[in-house]
Amino acid sequence: MLSFDPNASRMLISGNEALALSMLHCKVQLATGYPGTPSTEILENFSEFGGKAQWAPNEKVAAEVALGAAFAAARSVVTMKHVGLNVASDVLYTATYSGVSGGMVWIVADDPGQASSQNEQDTRNHAKAAVCPMFEPSDSQDAYEMLKTAFEVSEKFQIPVILRMTTRVCHSKSIVRPTGGLEALTPKFVRDIASRVMVPGYSKPAARRLRKKMEDLEVWNVQNHESLVVEGSNDLGIITSGICFHHAREAAPEASILKLGMTYPLPADVIRDFVKDKKRVVVIEENDPWLAENIRALGISVEAKYDPVFRFGELDVNRVKRILAGEKTPDPEAVKGKPPALCQGCPHQSSFAVFKELDCIVAGDIGCYTLAALPPYSAMDMMIDMGASIGMGLGLRHVLPPEEARRVVSVIGDSTFVHSGITGLVEMAYNRPATGHVVVIVDNSITAMTGQQEHPGTGRKLDHSPTYKLDYTEIAKATGIDNVVEVNPVRDREAFKTVLREALSKNELSLIVAKSPCILALKSILAWEKANKEAAAKQEK
Amino acid sequence: METMNVKFAGLGGTGVLKASDIFAEVVFNLGYDVKKAEVHGMSQRGGSIASDVRYGNRVESPMIPDGTADYLIVFAEDQIPVNQAALKPGGILLTPKDIDLAKLPNEKALNVAMLGKLSTYFDFPLDLWESVLKKLFNEKFHETNAQAFKLGRS
Repeated sequence: MLSFDPNASRMLISGNEALALSMLHCKVQLATGYPGTPSTEILENFSEFGGKAQWAPNEKVAAEVALGAAFAAARSVVTMKHVGLNVASDVLYTATYSGVSGGMVWIVADDPGQASSQNEQDTRNHAKAAVCPMFEPSDSQDAYEMLKTAFEVSEKFQIPVILRMTTRVCHSKSIVRPTGGLEALTPKFVRDIASRVMVPGYSKPAARRLRKKMEDLEVWNVQNHESLVVEGSNDLGIITSGICFHHAREAAPEASILKLGMTYPLPADVIRDFVKDKKRVVVIEENDPWLAENIRALGISVEAKYDPVFRFGELDVNRVKRILAGEKTPDPEAVKGKPPALCQGCPHQSSFAVFKELDCIVAGDIGCYTLAALPPYSAMDMMIDMGASIGMGLGLRHVLPPEEARRVVSVIGDSTFVHSGITGLVEMAYNRPATGHVVVIVDNSITAMTGQQEHPGTGRKLDHSPTYKLDYTEIAKATGIDNVVEVNPVRDREAFKTVLREALSKNELSLIVAKSPCILALKSILAWEKANKEAAAKQEK
Repeated sequence: METMNVKFAGLGGTGVLKASDIFAEVVFNLGYDVKKAEVHGMSQRGGSIASDVRYGNRVESPMIPDGTADYLIVFAEDQIPVNQAALKPGGILLTPKDIDLAKLPNEKALNVAMLGKLSTYFDFPLDLWESVLKKLFNEKFHETNAQAFKLGRS
């Protein structure tokens, strides 16, 4: 449900909402992605506005779908969180070579401070390594404007562009005054084999073309003033981007500030011009010293934050003041809040109690159920990345002594299984451990952790309309898994325990689908199903 | 005017974010520059949460720097120590103890009662509070909310 009127002239909206509105105004023809905090609401809002938005099984597929649309001269968006870009990076690193015919923007949301992520990686490194132009908005208005500019760059230079968001920009609300979008593009196919078939004979010249585009883009970045200079004292100059701009203005209202909008390629001449009359220049940025290192590489001398303290976590006004004062002491210890926990009545409580009772070694995965690693359950032994539970479980099985190997179980959620678990099953049947292996899909019938998104296994699309429903048991049979069982771990808890115990005792491959819906999503799931049934009945008449 | 800082805090699922949405909408309607910061995601699952609302002529950072909150509204007593550092010296702390809980029409309406209490510190028009409460809540809660808001003000 929309909490604001998209037709208003002044609105208080989040960065994610501002992006969705800008996508609407820029007449984006296809938007796709995979849910991931803090990026999830962008596609949901775009869909609410009537835009064509869809969830893909994972970020790589999403990026490929969006790239295909951009090859067809359309305007496309792909959204993901920072770690999603690792999955999709294979696409990015060569899509910059090929370029695009329409416009393509990758909205990638970083999570400084790890509010809801397994690491704190900095997407700016990917942008440089993949040679992909990048913008960094600082608030909702900036997000609204920069998406439009990102498309202008993408279409002018025929290249994918990254719009790097961070948790605070995605989820903070600030005022947006819409300024209008872009004319619609007309999709059409024009054959261009040498640009789009990246065999060495074509990709070698493409690599050189790409570097030339970057030179042109740097000139464009300087000439188009994508940077903002706030005039202030010459005693202190601050170079910054994204949300840190606002922290810096508040922390040092007297300072001169250079706010970089397009941070790759950097506008070297703008930076040189800014620093030349400043007594002291400090770079204010979160996470990696990315700006500082790249500015220094231009031969420009700047101060950076004290890395052992300030590389970690988000910045805020007080931390920026400490950086400017050259402090190196640890941050004051904050009082710890209550950590998140599995909801009352969550089906994962039941499943993980059983893993604990059977003394399983649990190779885990990413979702709400990762919370079962924390007390009082402490029933997950490893979690690294999407889909890793199956591969890691197999590795354990291959090398552990048989009596220990038989305790190993891979536990993965339904959405995560669709995202990256299927190839794990293929591996399991291909390189079968001597003791066999057991995979449990803890199927709560929704992508719960990110706020109840649909996926191919729910049989409903992003807007909850019906579509083909992926059948996990058929997949398991087709990949060569010996035993496939579906059981409700809440209603038939003892049966689940028996099935699991038996599977662990055999030298066979088993997939157990532990199916019980998310307690928070149940009401919505029933309502969506009912609406779809009614719509189908109406159509039959 | 100086930027005003109002922080809402408590546990996920108890109406903290909703209360901050309502307050932000009220000051937005008064024409101020407004920023609001919160973190969703894992913290939804019953963990500690907080939402910052800042308003004034021009607001920079969306996050309230520690030691500068003019108002701190905490919805669960055990969350006071977690958020105390936000409050400025002489800032106002509001907790469920400020509400006559026995008279609360529904325990879920605590957030609206707390807003009622908060409203007594500002001279914003009452009908603005009422219209925003109606706009941001489903109609079936309007009556309960009206009672809870009045209780907070009493």
